[in-house]
Amino acid sequence: MIDPVVLRLSGITKRFGSLLANAGISLSLHRGEVVALLGENGAGKTTLMNILFGHYVADEGTVEVFGQPLPPGHPRAALAAGVGMVHQHFTLADNLTVLENILLGTAPLWRLSLGRRAARARIEALSRDFGLAVHPDARVGTLSVGERQRVEILKALYRDARILILDEPTAVLTPQETEALFRTLKLAVAKGLSIIFISHKLHEVMGVADRCVVLRHGRVVGEVATAETDRHRLAALMVGEEIMPPAVAPPKPGPVLLRLDRVTTPSQGSATGLRGVSLDLRAGTITGLAGVSGNGQAALSDLVSGLVRPEEGRLELAGAEVVRWTPRTAVASGIARIPEDRHSTGTIADFTLTENAILEGYRSRFAKGGWMDWRAARAFADGIIATYDVRCPGPETRIRLLSGGNMQKLILGRVLEPGPRIILANQPVRGLDIGAITYVHSRLLKARDEGAAVILISEDLDEIMSLSDTVHVMSEGRLSPGFARGTMSQAELGLWMAGHGFADAA
Amino acid sequence: MMSLFDILLSATFWAAAVRIASPLIFATMGELICERAGVLNLGIEGIMVIGAFSGWITVWAGAGLWEGVAVAMLSGMLFGLLHAVLVVPFGLSQHVVGLGITLLATSTSYFAYRLILPEVTSPPRIEPFAVWEVPLLSEIPLLGPALFAQTPLTYAAFAVAALTALVLWRTPLGLAVRAAGENPSAVDAQGLSVTGLRIGAVMVGSGLMAVGGAFLTLSAFSSFFFEMVNGRGWICIALVVFGAWRPGKAVLGALLFAAFDALQVRLQQTPVGQVVPYQLFLMAPYALSIAALVLMSRRAEVPAALMQPFNRGER
Amino acid sequence: MRLEPVANPSALRRAGLPAAALLATIAVASGLAAVAGADPLATLGLIVKGAVGSKFAALETLNRATPLIFTGLAVAVAFRARLWNIGAEAQLYAGAIVTVLLGTGAVGGPLVLPLMALAAMAAGAVVLLGPVVLKTRFGVDEVVTTLLFNFIMLLFVSYLLEGPLKDPMGMGWPKSAPLAKEARLPRIVDGLRLHWGFALALIAAVAVWVIERRTALGYEMRAVGLNARAARFAGIPVDSVLVKTALLSGGLAALAGFSEVAGLKGHLTLDLSPGFGYTGIIVAMLALLNPLAVVPAALFVAGVFVGADSMSRAAGVPTYIADMLLATSLLFMVLAILLIRFRVVRG
Repeated sequence: MIDPVVLRLSGITKRFGSLLANAGISLSLHRGEVVALLGENGAGKTTLMNILFGHYVADEGTVEVFGQPLPPGHPRAALAAGVGMVHQHFTLADNLTVLENILLGTAPLWRLSLGRRAARARIEALSRDFGLAVHPDARVGTLSVGERQRVEILKALYRDARILILDEPTAVLTPQETEALFRTLKLAVAKGLSIIFISHKLHEVMGVADRCVVLRHGRVVGEVATAETDRHRLAALMVGEEIMPPAVAPPKPGPVLLRLDRVTTPSQGSATGLRGVSLDLRAGTITGLAGVSGNGQAALSDLVSGLVRPEEGRLELAGAEVVRWTPRTAVASGIARIPEDRHSTGTIADFTLTENAILEGYRSRFAKGGWMDWRAARAFADGIIATYDVRCPGPETRIRLLSGGNMQKLILGRVLEPGPRIILANQPVRGLDIGAITYVHSRLLKARDEGAAVILISEDLDEIMSLSDTVHVMSEGRLSPGFARGTMSQAELGLWMAGHGFADAA
Repeated sequence: MMSLFDILLSATFWAAAVRIASPLIFATMGELICERAGVLNLGIEGIMVIGAFSGWITVWAGAGLWEGVAVAMLSGMLFGLLHAVLVVPFGLSQHVVGLGITLLATSTSYFAYRLILPEVTSPPRIEPFAVWEVPLLSEIPLLGPALFAQTPLTYAAFAVAALTALVLWRTPLGLAVRAAGENPSAVDAQGLSVTGLRIGAVMVGSGLMAVGGAFLTLSAFSSFFFEMVNGRGWICIALVVFGAWRPGKAVLGALLFAAFDALQVRLQQTPVGQVVPYQLFLMAPYALSIAALVLMSRRAEVPAALMQPFNRGER
Repeated sequence: MRLEPVANPSALRRAGLPAAALLATIAVASGLAAVAGADPLATLGLIVKGAVGSKFAALETLNRATPLIFTGLAVAVAFRARLWNIGAEAQLYAGAIVTVLLGTGAVGGPLVLPLMALAAMAAGAVVLLGPVVLKTRFGVDEVVTTLLFNFIMLLFVSYLLEGPLKDPMGMGWPKSAPLAKEARLPRIVDGLRLHWGFALALIAAVAVWVIERRTALGYEMRAVGLNARAARFAGIPVDSVLVKTALLSGGLAALAGFSEVAGLKGHLTLDLSPGFGYTGIIVAMLALLNPLAVVPAALFVAGVFVGADSMSRAAGVPTYIADMLLATSLLFMVLAILLIRFRVVRG
């Protein structure tokens, strides 16, 4: 017996100017089914979901929920019809409690009471039924990432969602938290809910989905039952070609260039600080830092970038302890810094490419006696554009008009051109397409082979494991011992990510 | 000559403090509502002026006092709507637009004043709200005259503060407004309109600011003067910060501030006041506001999305 | 509705939208004149005539524009670094006080004028330093503190004029003693009522433009204003840039006070500035924060004020129409500038 269709998207087409974001996409979801929606960044997944939720209006095509067509362009319609969405970037207010976040928008605005008591009872019941433990009166800002995701799911369930859409739900979870999420999803399916699971992590998709729909360049390029396919075939469908893992030559480790000796840094708000971290970075190696985001990677990145100084412990550069540690001295010490957020930290959107290219070197290399040497600056920018293949109308273009990949290439050029000894790459390929990813990775490997010490911070275990000569795991501000390439499995690293194995683990 | 001790024990002093606090409470609640929804409203100073003017001119033209309050509120809401439309859907700089609104509302008041009363040298007076003594309660020593022998607008100020707290923390609407100031994406994801909530909050808040201004003409001075608001709006912005964006604490801040203001007026009559230039006393409220801002700077719980425009396309 | 970025705004868009803002302002002006019972076209004509219709009128406009160029530059330079200096009024009076202190006989000789100007700039810079240090050290919003400082400063001036600085020959009026003759800014051309303060304002505009475009400090100020987080990450010392910006901005505003006292009035009174500090914000915004454009913007604003004064005497429309027009032009202009780079789309 085939279960009834609960959600049907037919012939969805959406154009943004000349870009065809969705081209005649059709998709159906049956009761009690988990469908994985696969695709690279820019394949059209997000646009499709925004259309379903009425944030965009499709140029062509219709959306039906439980047989009823949804009126286009009405954000409440999908919610009212029983579709709930768990966004990749949580839509929670940190300063409100769990209860308040769940209640938001559930009652008519003009009702005179929030009805907290009844709501609390209902939330506790849902928590029990779906295995989503979280305290209703906790402030969301105090919760872990995994707990926040549970709040997001509870929000949907509280609204009686019968269809759940999860956008990249595992990107922020440890492998163990991912397991717990999958148990929750199985409970939900058993109760007759249907789930769309958006992801690009193929091994997870294989574990949880009944059926996979693959998008590429806005089109459905494949639809297969999970049981009848394998990871390699799905990967090929997603990318349109076989992805080749980068060829990595054996490292030639040199002297220690940067040493952290039991460094502790203060926590800033909800961002974890470092707790007694020791780390040696050797010339000619890539050191990967794995871990769920929010476990001290930002603190370590800030420390090496010069934004933060050690509260306790020592930071040594080429054997000497640093004094007066600032971003400027970090740059002057030969550290290339590729920041996590290229839009808000790495570049100034309304500056031109030239102005962005000289952000770090303007005082030392492009100004004399306080006067700017714009001719030299322009030549420097021209050089980066040519060498790093930055696609742009010219060096006087405002950088906000560039794609993420081209923006990242300009940052690469800015930090690599001076010939750095140490490279800090924090999430260097997040949000980039395959071509740009391959390019960034090859540049990092080239720098390693030329003798630089590279720190690679990433949430993507596959990326860490394929590039790093040594892997460390971060958890709650602590750093695991280093594991040489190939000595640890994903599952073993996952245990460390969940906090097992650390000396002071509770 | 009175000593400081005598001043602090006199009922008239506390009655004056509560009276001085009343317009501040209205306007502070107005600003608090705006900021809770994520919008800084620097139009406050001008909106208080237009409230003071429009309420007064309405009564002067023959309407009742409460009608004057209503007209003041409506005119405040009108300028609030203008501010909101420019800064919410269009996301323009809340600083620049707010100052523009202050200039526009102030000059509109003065323009209209000169238009209606072209030749007058001293503005006509109106019959203001009378003191309404609460039976029995007003007989309590010290507290009675201070709290229960005031004009109806003062009682209304405290009622508005209580209502603000109640709505913001006890109703679905208040929750949605606060969420709009904390994380507009969360509001949007629940299918509520961030734009609608913010515009509504700014309009209601601006209406209250205007009533605060109207208090000056309809309950305190019985007439309209240029420069009569005299920085009270800016002080209210400081009071919102001082009150950590909570109505109860903000009311306490306004009372504390008003007590100091009442005190400095009385201190000018004491032997100290004969020696110290009076300008120093007049500076005290502004200096106090700055001090309060510095004092609270470290532990203020500012709404997370204050001054952050929300445009869904940029997510 | 939603805003969608326009990748490469056309020339029509760049020129047409600000022009539309100007037209809308003129429409509002006509409406206000009609409300006041005057003929709209005649009223507009009277404003223009009052601003530039005669040699006297034009000189009056230039004189009125002089302090506005200084305060406009002060605001433009601060806003460029996203330092919200709303306290140009206080800094202007600080400059005026120092000008009077030095100019009424305390110092003499040929260098008295440059000395007064520099000392005035230093005083204005110090006045803005307070709020900026409160911002960088304690995170206190400078909008409110600079606003509140304006009130404190005016009361301080009032105290000075009734106390230590009171003119003994002033017949009891709260005004300072007049400046010595050598401490007065001479006229640019004999017989024309225009003093060297105007020339100094033009030089200041060019100097600020050069600083912003050609120096490392200018680059730092623009970077901090556009994205302080990225600037800090790149190694730009954000707090120190803000302090330097404040010194420059406060100094420029103080020059307005210096120029008004030494060039125009010859003494200090409580009504030295009819809100030049606040009007500087409008000038700076109309100039899109471009230092060179501050000059025409200040001339426009001064012309509206001078023209409205003259029109008011003739046509009976209240002179406050000038402030209303400037407020509307400010709001229309910021909207127009936004719409150059974004278009409004549905859904």
